[in-house]
Amino acid sequence: MATNEARKILIEPLVDNNPITLQVLGICSALAVTTSLRPALLMCAALITVAALSGAAISSVRHHIPTNIRIIVQMTIIASFVILVDQFLKAYAFETSKQLSVFVGLIITNCIILGRAEAFAMKNGVGMSFLDGLGNGLGYSAVLIIVATVRELFGSGALLGYQVLPLVSDGGWYEANGLMLLPPSAFFVIGLLIWGIRSWKTRQVEQPEYQIHEVHRGQVL
Amino acid sequence: MSDSLQQGGERRRDSIGNTLIVAVSLSLVCSLLVATTAVLLKPKQQKNRDQYRQAIILDVAGLRDPGADIEASFAGIESRIVNLADGEYIDSIDTRSFDERDAANDPELSIAIPDSLDLATIRRRAIYAPVYIIRKEGRIEQVILPVYGTGLWSTMYGYMAIAGDGTTVRGLRFYEHAETPGLGDQIDDDAWRAKWSGKQVYGPDGVARIEVVRGTAQSGADGSSQIDGISGATLTGRGVTNLVRYWTGPHGFGPFLSKIQDEFNGNE
Repeated sequence: MATNEARKILIEPLVDNNPITLQVLGICSALAVTTSLRPALLMCAALITVAALSGAAISSVRHHIPTNIRIIVQMTIIASFVILVDQFLKAYAFETSKQLSVFVGLIITNCIILGRAEAFAMKNGVGMSFLDGLGNGLGYSAVLIIVATVRELFGSGALLGYQVLPLVSDGGWYEANGLMLLPPSAFFVIGLLIWGIRSWKTRQVEQPEYQIHEVHRGQVL
Repeated sequence: MSDSLQQGGERRRDSIGNTLIVAVSLSLVCSLLVATTAVLLKPKQQKNRDQYRQAIILDVAGLRDPGADIEASFAGIESRIVNLADGEYIDSIDTRSFDERDAANDPELSIAIPDSLDLATIRRRAIYAPVYIIRKEGRIEQVILPVYGTGLWSTMYGYMAIAGDGTTVRGLRFYEHAETPGLGDQIDDDAWRAKWSGKQVYGPDGVARIEVVRGTAQSGADGSSQIDGISGATLTGRGVTNLVRYWTGPHGFGPFLSKIQDEFNGNE
């Protein structure tokens, strides 16, 4: 039973409860780092690490955290892991970390991480919280990788820096779509993705929050 | 009973004493963790930064050999610090520890640029600047100068290589900027960078006149200081023109470059 639950925690955020496409969290970094695949992959690795480790760490001290400063405690733990990851990237993946610039640091404010810490790690065991962070990180990564693949392929005709579609400017036939390199295109791709997923899994379609009430003449509300 | 126990535990957990203890110990543990990592990884990060800078300098000098070790190739390049005001070498400052960007923000080590001279719109610059010299048989073959200035969106940082005559451009390469992807960021493009090679910084009157023009450069003598513009990136191109003119002008490396020119002409 335990393994079933663990699998559920790990698999569910991939599509059924994806942090980006269903909960629409963490969009800002999804826009910023997806112009090409390589920085997106590094960003995914960084986010997965932070999500899993901070989930586990917060869960392990959850019985000692005073409720009135719990968000501060969570932020401090998350921030420490983010700095650790940033330092490691600067030491071992220097070139790509330059492209990510401030966005690794901004993982601290990524809604997915704090959301999972508050909603899951504060109430569940260390192992489960680790898996939950891992699962949500993977869900985020899945979307990032799809968006980055589309943007790099159509924006610069390449994947991971290798030219796939020969560009007109280099004597090929593919005219690069410059829009794909600009932030709005990530909105379009994510929007299309959400549309696709919700057509496939109709359960994710939200009920309208308001029904416009028809007012008849003479009626007092 | 377990209910009252839990309530007791919760009250103790939320007490002021416990809040303080948790806050202090958490800060201690986290700061220790962060500080240890930062200190342990610092040498490796510094090495990365140095190598990155060296690789760019080698690249702009046309000496980058992809197979060779960067540090070994860089060893043949002479690093010096110059006083920008008179172009004299300053030997008392170690080139490895000198950081131009830190210096530009340090009131003691920088000066304000008068508005009328501030082509690159950078407001302040360091008093000293590093230069990298490549010699062949004792004579200066080329010099590499750090340049930066404001483009359309961002400050563009780069290196410029100038031949031993002190006026012919060997190359210009930007390594940090945030210009429009697909348009302005072509200043990084190999094809566009290649257009700089062989252009003249100074006109016959000795004034920096090199320019990124709109459209294509003219042929003949007028074109010798013109670089084809990038279509869709007029403002970035203007920024490049301005920063190159500033840094080769009298308030930038002008005095240093005129010394190089004198040395070149004297030797002939």
